[in-house]
Amino acid sequence: MYKYTIKRVLLMIPTLIGAAILVFTLLRLIPGDVCMLRLAGEGAFVDQAAIDLCRINTGIADPFIVQFIRFLTGLFTFDFGTSMWTGQPVTHEIALRFKLSLEIAIMATVVSVAISIPLGTISAIKQNTWIDYVVRSFSIAGIAIPSFWLGILIILGLLITTQAWFGQAWMPPINYVSPFEDPVGNIAQLIWPALATGYRYSAVATRMTRSALLEVLREDYVRTARAKGLLEKVIINRHALKNAMLPVVTVIGIEFAFLMGGLVVTEQVFNLNGLGKLFVESVTNQDYTMTQSLVMLVVLIFIVTNFVVDLFYAWLDPRIRYS
Amino acid sequence: MSTVEEVQVHAGVEELFDQRTWLQRAANLARKQPLGVFGGIVVVVMVFMAIFAPWLTPYNPEANSFEHMLVPPGLDFLLGTDQFGRDLLTRIIYGARTALFVGTVAAGVGAFGGLVLGVGSAYFGGKIDLIFQRIMDVFMAFPLIIMALAVVAIFGTGIQNVIFAITIPFIPRCARVVRSNALAIREIPYVDAARAMGFSHTRIILRHMAPNVMAPFLIMLTAFVGQAILIEASLSYLGLGVQEPTPAWGLMLQGGAEEYVESAPWVAVFPGLAITLAVFGFNLFGDAVRDTLDPRLRSQ
Repeated sequence: MYKYTIKRVLLMIPTLIGAAILVFTLLRLIPGDVCMLRLAGEGAFVDQAAIDLCRINTGIADPFIVQFIRFLTGLFTFDFGTSMWTGQPVTHEIALRFKLSLEIAIMATVVSVAISIPLGTISAIKQNTWIDYVVRSFSIAGIAIPSFWLGILIILGLLITTQAWFGQAWMPPINYVSPFEDPVGNIAQLIWPALATGYRYSAVATRMTRSALLEVLREDYVRTARAKGLLEKVIINRHALKNAMLPVVTVIGIEFAFLMGGLVVTEQVFNLNGLGKLFVESVTNQDYTMTQSLVMLVVLIFIVTNFVVDLFYAWLDPRIRYS
Repeated sequence: MSTVEEVQVHAGVEELFDQRTWLQRAANLARKQPLGVFGGIVVVVMVFMAIFAPWLTPYNPEANSFEHMLVPPGLDFLLGTDQFGRDLLTRIIYGARTALFVGTVAAGVGAFGGLVLGVGSAYFGGKIDLIFQRIMDVFMAFPLIIMALAVVAIFGTGIQNVIFAITIPFIPRCARVVRSNALAIREIPYVDAARAMGFSHTRIILRHMAPNVMAPFLIMLTAFVGQAILIEASLSYLGLGVQEPTPAWGLMLQGGAEEYVESAPWVAVFPGLAITLAVFGFNLFGDAVRDTLDPRLRSQ
């Protein structure tokens, strides 16, 4: 187990370096650069000397290999540099949006768990009845509905219901407020995107709960529990569900990693200023330092979550021993 | 992202002795897999719409008509018109072409690439396998949206670049599943026999090993079509995918949808409904394919 942990941590390094090479190359393949965009904008004339000076200041005049080494050493010393577009430190820009993205990710995960575990359980208990079919359709619909469309529908629904009930249309607030200062305002803003994404991500977890529970319900110890005359409720809650939770934990963990970096579309619909929006902006602005740091952050969250989930798995299920 | 369970394949013998007529079989299938049959119907309807689009509607999907801007659903325009006076139903019917084209090409190329790389990785094993796995890890962890943004920034927008951007992340996902199946097949003596007969690596991979991992391959393929349609819609919605005036469902929601959500909700509702139905259909169909091809899951 100890050896396995070390091996997994070491294997993260080539993945991270690979991601670094990939994002570095991709960004340099995009025609133009940040200085052209910042100074010349859309076709305006600008002094060549000013552009050259800007290129030297931002470091993009250096040979690629120098830039790459600077990027890598920056990563390993946790010095991510300043944004080429705003001039602010990258960590500062990311920290501003990280809170919002993290909050939505947590809320969406809570929504997803609250939907998936009860529904998956009901679906497994009532296997192949109409209840099962309704739940399965509901969960497959969750994967099928584009999150931006669900977002639009939620906004539409809010407008119509508030208009009908209170006589005045209400829209979620646009400006982010900290949950510690104004919890009501915070939830009023973030609950809708969390619902839209949580429903979507509950789909996979619901299906996983269902199939894991179906498998466990066929185990000998469940038959023993039934033979003992235990209440069905106790069998499900205490014996079966506990053992069926393993794969569900994995799925939820991996979804959480996706939520941190993959909310570009949802943020667009609800007009939120999170990491996804920063992503799109920094790529369009050709802000190398910002994009590189963001990609590395998302990749790191992804592989660390995967790793933690694997360890957690072994810890939860003593039968699993990695070697 | 939907995770596709790793699958192990056992050949079903009972199908070989199946002597019932196709009608009986269809009825049996509908009883056993009502959701799968529904999915199949959606897929067939979509293919029909894509092929016969010009005969299904009297309107032009791309021509603006300023006398008919934002007309509500009615007899002339069954689903209403958009902000440029184009009939929504017409654009949805033609949009099926875009969606199917992107979906099938991206899924086909992605799954085939994954098949070759996955089987190859398992066949060669050792260092090559290890390096391959690390490269796959990088692509799996890399955010799809960044890949798409970069592809669009480098090559420009347009349907072939959208397909390219969607295909890349599919390859490692398929390769991983195929590889775990191919690892078991590699140990079967016929692979050694083929090698002893002096067949080339390419021939062994494509002709001997690949056909034996067809079940996971087909499962991934059908799952990918729905996902590809959804990703294309998301990219087009963000303005990174298919461009105007091509009719594409995601694009129909871009710009117009939020702006007109109050005054003309049909612009926001119907294209999304088309995406949802199509992806829903392909997912149900894919589930049915998985249940049929993987007897281990059949009993569930």
